[in-house]
Amino acid sequence: MSVGIVVVSHSAKIAEGVVELAGQMADGVAIVAAGGTDEGGIGTSFDKVGTAIGEADSGEGVVILCDLGSAIMTAETALDFLDDADRARVVIADAPIVEGAVAAAVAARTGGDRDAVLAAAQTAGGGSAEAADLAGVQADAATASTSSSSDDGAAVGGAGRRVRHATLVNGSGLHARPAAEFVKAASGFDAAITVDGVDAKSLLRIMALGRGQGSELELTAEGPDAAAALDALVALVDSGFGED
Amino acid sequence: MALGRDFVADWIARSAQAISEHRSELITLDREIGDGDHGENMDRGFTAVAVKSGDLPADATPADVLKVVATTLISTVGGASGPLYGTAFLKGSGAVVGASELDGAAIVAFLTAARDGIVLRGKAEVGDKTMIDAWTPAVDAAAAAQQAGKSEAEILAAAADAAQAGAESTDPLVARKGRASYLGERAIGHRDPGSVSTTLILRAAAEAAADAAASA
Repeated sequence: MSVGIVVVSHSAKIAEGVVELAGQMADGVAIVAAGGTDEGGIGTSFDKVGTAIGEADSGEGVVILCDLGSAIMTAETALDFLDDADRARVVIADAPIVEGAVAAAVAARTGGDRDAVLAAAQTAGGGSAEAADLAGVQADAATASTSSSSDDGAAVGGAGRRVRHATLVNGSGLHARPAAEFVKAASGFDAAITVDGVDAKSLLRIMALGRGQGSELELTAEGPDAAAALDALVALVDSGFGED
Repeated sequence: MALGRDFVADWIARSAQAISEHRSELITLDREIGDGDHGENMDRGFTAVAVKSGDLPADATPADVLKVVATTLISTVGGASGPLYGTAFLKGSGAVVGASELDGAAIVAFLTAARDGIVLRGKAEVGDKTMIDAWTPAVDAAAAAQQAGKSEAEILAAAADAAQAGAESTDPLVARKGRASYLGERAIGHRDPGSVSTTLILRAAAEAAADAAASA
């Protein structure tokens, strides 16, 4: 079983929508909505949050995503009422609810432990963290564009850094579910892998690239299993991720 | 005279009544700078509390009653006030566990722990335009009155007066916590609803204590 995720929102619709969106990229991960009051109104429910934590926790831990401030307070209060042993497995992420839930779900799906799932959520953007992340994406892209010209002549060169190209054939490009599958596949290798200059194991950076159908991707890999990684990722891109 | 379980029951009943009477005032205040649900949420919570606290066994201590208040508010209020007031009563009850009656020192201990619980939960400080602007002056005034050797009723009256002044002090502030913090300077000129409900609850305590002293 994987780490579970609880989505706490003032609105039942928001919580259910976030669960639906994140679940699309994370088959088999327990993602549970706790939105609205007990009467179905706008607000948060201590009982709903407590129940959702119980449903999401398979023993591997739970990461909670919240929207506005009082959702965090309700979640914290629910934690106060757990047994010490249960509470130790549950954390509240300081992350934007949508981006955080998506990143957490993918990290849970790829077998990340509780802290890895938390870290994925918390680096998913929002406020200064988002600015830092976007700056990182731009820096990565800048590095990629300068380095690609110098490396192009030596596709297999230096300390075993390999470069391959692949063209996106599927309709939605490297977005949402395909991006998640790409990250899942890349995460299975030890090699350091980049796609168009950004970390191929970071879902949000890949999605931020916005590569659509017809885009040519430059994949690089460095490490003992670099060749196998590139073979697998190029094959995945060529396959169109199962889309038309 | 020290205050027992009957005082706590009377305090809670008076709080429920005061919240109910001021329900539309709280709704109006919250509509100005929040989401407009404070009056309704608090009324629902304290109505549930009044019912639940009536079910307690005869040998229940003040802390037992206060803990039921806490858990009921947490699970029925819905908005931010649920966890905030719930945590206040929970931490406050923890500070007076085992006492069959509350003397001045216990009352100050209750109020201090309650305030600390709200700060723990909401991370607000004095001046953020929240209920802490009522709670902290109330705790300080209660502690001063207790050190001056005042009665339990006088301690609670001092706390309620200070809370009232603290609530009024939120009028010119820009909010730094809660939903009103999104409004920036538009919050100026409006009183924080949580500081008003805090004042109602502490005023109810002062009246219940005065009544207990008068009938003793």
